[in-house]
Formats: sequence, structure tokens, C-alpha cells
Amino acid sequence: MTAPITTAAASPAGEVLPRKSYLNDGTTVRSWLLTHDHKRIAILYLVSVIIALFLGGVFAMVIRLELLTPGPTLIEALTYNRMFTLHGLVMIFMFMIPAIPGVFGNFFLPIMLGAKDVAFPKWNLTSYYVYLAGSTLMLWGLITGGADTGWTFYTPYSTTTATNIAPVMLGVFIIGFSSILTGLNFIVTIHTLRAPGVTWFKMPLFVWAIYATSIIQVLATPVLGLTTLLVAAEHTFGFGFFDPARGGDPILFQHLFWFYSHPAVYIMVLPAMGVISEVICAVARKNIFGYKMIAMSSLGIAFVGFFAWGHHLFTSGQSAFDAGAFAAISMLVGVFTAIKVFNWVGTLYKGAIAFTAPFAYICGFLFFLVFGGMTGVALATVSLDVHWQDTYFVVAHFHFIMVGAVIMGFLAALHYWFPKMFGRKYPENWGLLAAGLIVLGFNATFIPQFLLGNAGMPRRYYEYPERFAALNVASTAGASLLAFGFIIIAIYLAIALKYGEVAGRNPWGSRGYEWNVPSPPPTENFDAVPVFTRGPHEYQDVTEELAKVGHAS
Amino acid sequence: MQASAARKMTPEGWLEPPPLPHHYDTVENHQSALRFGMWLFLGTEVLLFAGIFVGYFVFRTYFPESFEQAARHLSVKLGTANTLLLLTSSLTVALAHYNAEHGKNRNAFWLIMASVAMGAGFLGIKAVEYTEKFHEGALPGKFFTFSEITAPGGPVFYVVYFFSTGLHALHVIVGMSLLTWVAVRCWRKEFSPTYYAPVENAGLYWHLVDLVWIFLYPLLYLV
Amino acid sequence: MNEIMRRLLFLPEQASTFAKDVDNLHYFVIIVTMVSSLAVGFTAIAFFWKYRRRHENQATPFVSPTPMFEVLAISVPLAFFLVWFAIGFRDFVRLSSPPPDAMDVYVMGKQWMWKFAYPEGPNSIGVLHVPANRPVRLLITSRDVIHSVFIPAFRVKMDAQPGRYTETWFTATKPGRYQILCTEYCGAQHSKMWGEVVVMAPAAFDEWIKEQQRGLVARQDVLADETSQVTPQGSLAQWGKQVAVYQGCLRCHNVNSTEPATGPSWVDLYQQPTKLTDGREIVADEAYLTESMMEPNVKVVAGYQPLMPNYQGKLSGPEAAAIVEFIKSLRSDRTVQATGGEE
Repeated sequence: MTAPITTAAASPAGEVLPRKSYLNDGTTVRSWLLTHDHKRIAILYLVSVIIALFLGGVFAMVIRLELLTPGPTLIEALTYNRMFTLHGLVMIFMFMIPAIPGVFGNFFLPIMLGAKDVAFPKWNLTSYYVYLAGSTLMLWGLITGGADTGWTFYTPYSTTTATNIAPVMLGVFIIGFSSILTGLNFIVTIHTLRAPGVTWFKMPLFVWAIYATSIIQVLATPVLGLTTLLVAAEHTFGFGFFDPARGGDPILFQHLFWFYSHPAVYIMVLPAMGVISEVICAVARKNIFGYKMIAMSSLGIAFVGFFAWGHHLFTSGQSAFDAGAFAAISMLVGVFTAIKVFNWVGTLYKGAIAFTAPFAYICGFLFFLVFGGMTGVALATVSLDVHWQDTYFVVAHFHFIMVGAVIMGFLAALHYWFPKMFGRKYPENWGLLAAGLIVLGFNATFIPQFLLGNAGMPRRYYEYPERFAALNVASTAGASLLAFGFIIIAIYLAIALKYGEVAGRNPWGSRGYEWNVPSPPPTENFDAVPVFTRGPHEYQDVTEELAKVGHAS
Repeated sequence: MQASAARKMTPEGWLEPPPLPHHYDTVENHQSALRFGMWLFLGTEVLLFAGIFVGYFVFRTYFPESFEQAARHLSVKLGTANTLLLLTSSLTVALAHYNAEHGKNRNAFWLIMASVAMGAGFLGIKAVEYTEKFHEGALPGKFFTFSEITAPGGPVFYVVYFFSTGLHALHVIVGMSLLTWVAVRCWRKEFSPTYYAPVENAGLYWHLVDLVWIFLYPLLYLV
Repeated sequence: MNEIMRRLLFLPEQASTFAKDVDNLHYFVIIVTMVSSLAVGFTAIAFFWKYRRRHENQATPFVSPTPMFEVLAISVPLAFFLVWFAIGFRDFVRLSSPPPDAMDVYVMGKQWMWKFAYPEGPNSIGVLHVPANRPVRLLITSRDVIHSVFIPAFRVKMDAQPGRYTETWFTATKPGRYQILCTEYCGAQHSKMWGEVVVMAPAAFDEWIKEQQRGLVARQDVLADETSQVTPQGSLAQWGKQVAVYQGCLRCHNVNSTEPATGPSWVDLYQQPTKLTDGREIVADEAYLTESMMEPNVKVVAGYQPLMPNYQGKLSGPEAAAIVEFIKSLRSDRTVQATGGEE
């Protein structure tokens, strides 16, 4: 029996699904695969990124199982090296980068702006197929040749390894193109397709987050593209761009690589932050504490994030001056994040919080973001990084942000917007249970890894000294719990797709613009150009509205 | 792709503009979105080439002699010819844009094809240069056997040379394809004062291709 | 207190002078992190409890931050971050500045082992002996791909890169054995690329190294590898002289007097302030000497032509190190030991 989600706006008995929505507007396979509808493209992405998440998760479990014992456990060294390469590449390029923008950005950006579609719907579809093509090529390369370079493919190892990395590099290049197309589409949409009344500072905060993300995607990804081409060329033809024996410079690779890959982490985290801004207002039924601060800090993170890449090179022999400069800049990103955290917590103040699965994910997100973010600041403190660089401390830090923050954000989005996307509610009790398992499992997996890093266990170690064994076992146990949580979510969401209680237009009583349209929305989103009468995060006049119409819209 | 067969010929001599996509409210909005999108895309192309320019500057600092020696072995004549070809083709493309904007589709067609021809000429000259390099042994990395370059860093210069000019040549080919496609649409008289964005956008792309060469040329050939 | 925190955080023992400083900053940062995470967490929970939704139609006020809140939200975290930056940077500068009297050790990473060489010999694989309480400078390079020397007990780490030397230093405080781990992924046996630092009491170390050097001339230089065209014998400097002869260095560089030839004389060259053709003044340290072999025309000494050929790929890492040691040994106030090899 599902607990009532929220307000009187919750579906009274007798809610029915709209007869025609984007889901049944055309039921052939062709109408799905060749759709121009941003919502259907979002669903296509959703299917793909979920598969990618599970695939990456399988590789993660293999890694953790192998690390149960200090010596060889399940697989041999070369296979292990391929496993962590697969895990990293699949998770980052096939899940983390495209997930929230590709699924929720695609689905909701136009609706949140009062538009009927994104600026270039055909390019939107193209970006999906480019993503598929690149992913296929990359996976094929990984499975047949089996790159063993790690996802960071540092030279000269990557350019001289016997494994064939060229298809993997080209696959990443192509996926990058998809990222660029998506970002481009979103930026143009935000600039040109806002409905009347949706001024910049009336846009939902999710849109601001997507905007900042898209700017990074468009500016940073080409540099990765070039770098993958250079590495592929060097590996295949022996060009010597990065090979000291031919006059090349391996540190040049590191600079080029991290110039993309550091802003890339903000591509991953900013959309999740945007989701939190949306969800927190709805579950607390309260206005966002500092709208402008959150909006501007997204842009701030995007901007400053471009200048911080050198903190990945602290132990490469760079000069103290460079190290200091990059360290100081990295600190600034931490400040922008702190601003957001204070504003989110401030949003809870004097709110009316409903403890639901999305809120559970917000709690997880907040704790993990603060802890992960602060350890990021700690890593940026140069003298400390000397000890931690390339150890499990770094691994724990980025998993805290990528899994702890981003995936919590993804799950919050999935649960919050599930009713809107599919017209049905998920079972709340199972939602809370799974959220608890995930938060618990996550802590159990990654807190031991911070301690492993402190103790000095390096990354990418197939075997390790005896003294690290206990913490590794603890981490693997946690990982099993975490995996279990994800499987439970997959099951109940799949069931809810068909058998969930009909949600109605606005089961959360949210003020977000997307809740003005039916659940699920029609293909055209709106019948006429919508006029939104108030901001998407404003709840202060809820009482009057309740008195007038009996439910908060 | 708007089916031009469905569009009727207007009395002015061009096809009526394609139907406005359903999610745009005005033609102006649509055209400005297309333009903005192309500018953003050009931004990504600039960043793509930025990396190789960084590589150029880094290695030039490491190996100033060999870069100078290698530059002296590049044919300034051919390089200048290529520069003139691209500059002129940018001019014709700009004129084509002007013509398309005024509905003069046939003029636009010939101007664009002139640009395409000049692009082909550019590629031809590049082919000549590349062949010469192959014979000289002036090749990147492990294929380098060009004894005229005595200072260290010769192979690296040619990595930068071939990669940057090769990537650029690829973009020339892409640009030529875009222009040809647009030219076909000019032949079909698709463009009018209310609808000429494809010509403008293809032109913008071609200008970028030209611009990249304007930076490559002095750095590789002249300095 | 230090010990409690150290154990709580699973940190290894503190076996260098640097380790204590690093750990103190670590405690500061981690405590603030834990406190702030818990504060945020508890505040969220407290708010959740106090402001839970009590009935279906509950309303909420419009609350927005005061300017003071915004100022505090920015300045408090920024203040902490900048303090940590300042302390960390100061310590990092210290770590990047080896004292001039540090004992040098050449470290070469190669898939998948560590090789160590003292300028006066001996050489070893996998085990590095150092004295306690004396600064030791590591001059690190790699034979193939990027590796990284990590000594957790010292809190010290530096990448080993092919084609160049990086350096770091430490002063070990406690005799004992401390593990070295390779910490930059380098292929199949990356996770077994371990070594050991054996820290000995200073007197014990002095005796040990004398003992090692006694039997040196007859012993094959372990640092060499099969591709060296000169069979090394004796100390690194002696080997360096042989390599210099073989590679033709002595055709342009004088080793018997300070008179310049086609190239600058090597006598008294080490650590000499040198003016370059572009007006810069540099000190001829190990890095410069190595750079002169690998990229000779980047920094040319004033008054000389950029004629020196490039030895990139012609000299292996150890050979270059040996030549540097040879140059270091050439002092006009000392006669050069010319054993083995001829002009």
C-alpha cells in the first residue's frame, strides 16, 4: 500500500492517464527510433544509460571481488587492468556525462521553458545515435583488443601498450561529439525558445544548471577530441608527439587531457545540483533560499572549473608556482559549492518537508557532496596531495562526488519525475528502502577507501600488501549492498511502469513549470504558448491557493 | 531536410520558404537560432584546433632550430597560393550569401561552386606538398628520414605539420561538401529574403576553415 | 593526540620530518571536514524533524537570505580554504626545495622495478639504504613509461618520467624499513612494483656504504642495462667518463682545464652560475646538465654557438646520470682521477 505522497494535489481516487500522450503517439518501433520528440529521445537515452550503469556496475563488482584478497583472486592482472579501464570509460562516457542532461535535460528543458521542443530536434536525435555509435565502437574496442590503460590513458604507456587502443580512442571521440551536440542544442534552446514571461531569472534552477553544463560541454569536449585523436595516431603510427624518445612530451598529454577532464567533472555534477534545487523545493514545499546565488554559482563553477586542471599534476614535477596557482583556483570552486549547500539547507528552514524517496536522496546528496567536496578541497591542498595523489583517497573522493552526489541526483530525478514521465507513481515504501540501502551501501563501500588511501594503498592495484586487506574486504561488502540497492530500484520502477498508481498532473504539489502539463505530457507539450504566472520555486502563496481551489497547483 | 517538392514557386522566382518548425513562433527566431547554433559549433571547432596550436607552441619552444629549418623547407609559394585561394573563396561565399539573401539563387550557385573549386585547388596544392614530403622523407615520428634538418626535433615538427594541416584539410572537405549541398539547393531556387540561413551557415563554416588556415600559414610557413 | 588521530585515520607511521607537518595539516582539514559534514547533516535532520509536513495543506513562508548570510556563506569557507592553501603551499615549497647538503641518490623506475644508484656507488635494485637524520635528495627518472615513487611512511611522492629528471627529498627520522610503492599505473605488474627504504643510524650507514664501495671496481654496475654500449665499471663518475669519451663529448668539452673549446669546459661547471645567450642567468645543476644533453639548444651558454647534437635516445637514463656525476666530480681544486678510458 503506497503511502500518500504529498498534498491534496495528490491524485484523488479516480485519476486516469491522459488518453493521448507522447508515449502512445505513434506506437511503431520506427516512430520511436526516428522520433523528433525530445521526450522520446530522453527515453531512448534513459534505456541506454541504465544499461551503461549496470554494465559499469558489473565491472565494478568484478574489481571489488578481485580485491577481496591481497593476491590474485578471480582473474589475472591483465584482465583486471582491463576491468578498471572498462569501468572508468563506461561509467564516465556512457553514463555520467550523458545521463542527467540526456534524460532529464532532454525531457524537461523545453517544458520548463514553455517550449514545444528543443532548438534542433533532428540534431537531438542525431546526438543520440552518435552516442550509440561511439559507445559501440568503444565497447567493441575494449572487448576485442582490451585497452588496459585506465580511463586516463596516460602516455607513454597508452601509446606503447600492446593492446589496441585506437578504436577505443575513436569511440571516445565520437561520444564526445554527441556531448557537444547536446550542449549546443540546449544553449540555443535556452536563448531562443523561452516562452513569454520566462525571463532569465524566472527560469527553473535546473535550467541554469543545464545551461552551465552545456557551456562546459561545448568548450571543453573538443580538446578531449583532439587528444584522443593524437593518442590514437601516435599509437598506430608512432608519431612521437608524447614520446620523449622521439622528442615528444608526456606532460603535454596530461595538460591536454585534464584541460577537458577536469571541467568534465563539473559536466557531471552541475546537472545533479540542478536536480536537487528542483526536488528540494517540491519536497519541502518552499521557495528556494537564494535563487540568484544558486544560479550564479553554477556559472561560477563552470567558469573557474576551466582553470583548475593542474591540480591533477601536483606530483608530476610541475613548478611550485604552477602548483600554487592551480591550488588556489581549485579552492574557489569549493566556495561556489559551499554557497549552494548553505542555500539548500536554508531552503529546508521553515519548510514543510515530506519524507519521501526523493528527499532521502537529497539527504544522501547533501552529506556526500559536503564530505566529498571537502575532501576535494583537502586534495587541492598541495602538500597533502603529495601523500594522497594516485591512492585510494582520490578514488574515494571522486566516487563520493560521482556516485554519492551525481547518482543520488540521478535517482532523485528519476523518482521525482517518474510520475511526470510515465504517469504513474512508484511504490514509496520500496523507494525509501532502496534509498536507505544505497546510502548505507555507499558509505560502507567508500569510507574504507578514504582510509586505504591514508594508509598508502595506490590506485589500480591488482595485488596489494597484506596490511590493506581488512579495509578492502569492508569495501567489497559495502559494494554488494550498493549493488543490491540498485537492483531493487530497477525492479520496482519496471513494475511501476505498468502497475503503479496513476499519478495525476501534480502529485508532488510542485511549482515547477513542468507540473503544469499532464502526466505524461502530450507530444506538443502545450496546446497554446503557456504563460507562467509565477516563478518555479515560489510557494509562499500556497495558502491562498489552497483556500481558493482546494489544492496547490 | 525540407522537401522542396512540396514548396511552390513564388512569382519572384524562388521557392516559398519551408514551413516553420512547429516549436518556433517566428521565422526570425528560427533563423537566429540556426545562426547562433552555427556560431557555437564554430566555437567548438576553434577549441579543437586550439590543442594542436598549443602543441605547436610547446614544441617550438623546445626545438626552435628544427622548426625554423623545417619551415624553410616548406614552399612559401605554394602556401601563399593556398592562402589566396582560401581568401578568395571566402569572398565568393560571402557574395553568395548576399545573393541568396536577395533571392538571386543562380548567382549564388555559381559563386558557391567557385568556392568549391577553389577548395579543390587548395586540396590539390596540399596533395602536391604532401607528395613532396613523402619523397623527401620529411615525415612525422618514426618515419622521419629527412637529413636536411639537422637540429633535433625534426620528427616532431612534422607531427605538428601533418596533424594540423591534415585536420584542416579534413575540414576543407567537410566544408566543400556542405557548400555543394547548399549549391544544389541554390540550383533548385530554394533561397529567398525570408529563408537563406543554410547559405549563411555553410558560409560561416567555410570562413572558419579559412580562418584556421590564416593562423596555420604564418606559423608553419613564414616564421 | 597525534598518535590517536594517526591511528584513527589509518595513516602510516611518521618516519620523516615532513610527515609530521603533513599530518598536522591533515588533522586540521579532516576535523573541519567532519565537523562541517556532520553540522550540515544534523541541521538537515533537525530541520526535517522540526519542519516536517504536518498536514496536507500546510503553507510555508517566503524566506530569502540576508546580505549578511550571503557574505558569511562565501567568506567563512573561503577563509578556511585559503588558510589550508597557505599552509599546504608553504609545506609544498619546502618539499620542493632540497637542502644543498642533501645526499643524492639516483632513482630509476623501469617496468617493473626500482633501481637506485649513489654517485659514489653502490647500486641496487629494489632496496635503498639511507641514513637517518640526514637529508636525502632523490633524482628520479624512468626508463620507459611514467612511474611514481611513493614512500607512504615519509609522505613523499614524485613521478618518474622518461626523458627527464624530477626530484624530491626527505629526512628520515626513524631507523627501520619502509615500503616504496609505484603509484602511477604502468602496466601488468604495476601492483608489484615495490621497493624498500632501509633507514640506518648515521654511523651505521657510513660504515655500510664504505663497505659497499670497497668491492666496487670488480662488480658490474647494476644500474646498467643491456643497451649501454659502454661496460660500466666502478663508480658512477668513472662510468660517466667512459660514456663521455665513447659518445664524443670530450671532442668539444674540456675536462682538464677551464679553457673553453667548442663547448664550455666541464671543470668547475657544476653549480656554476651561467649566463645564457638570451640573457638569462641559470645555475648549472643536474637538471640543466641533463637538459643540455637532451635538448641542447634550448638553453645555450652565452658566447657559444648552438651546435651541440641531441643525445635524446642515444644516452640511456643511467648513462646521462653517470655523465652528470662525472661533471660534478671535475673540480679545479682536485685532480681528476683518470682511471680507465682515454682521451
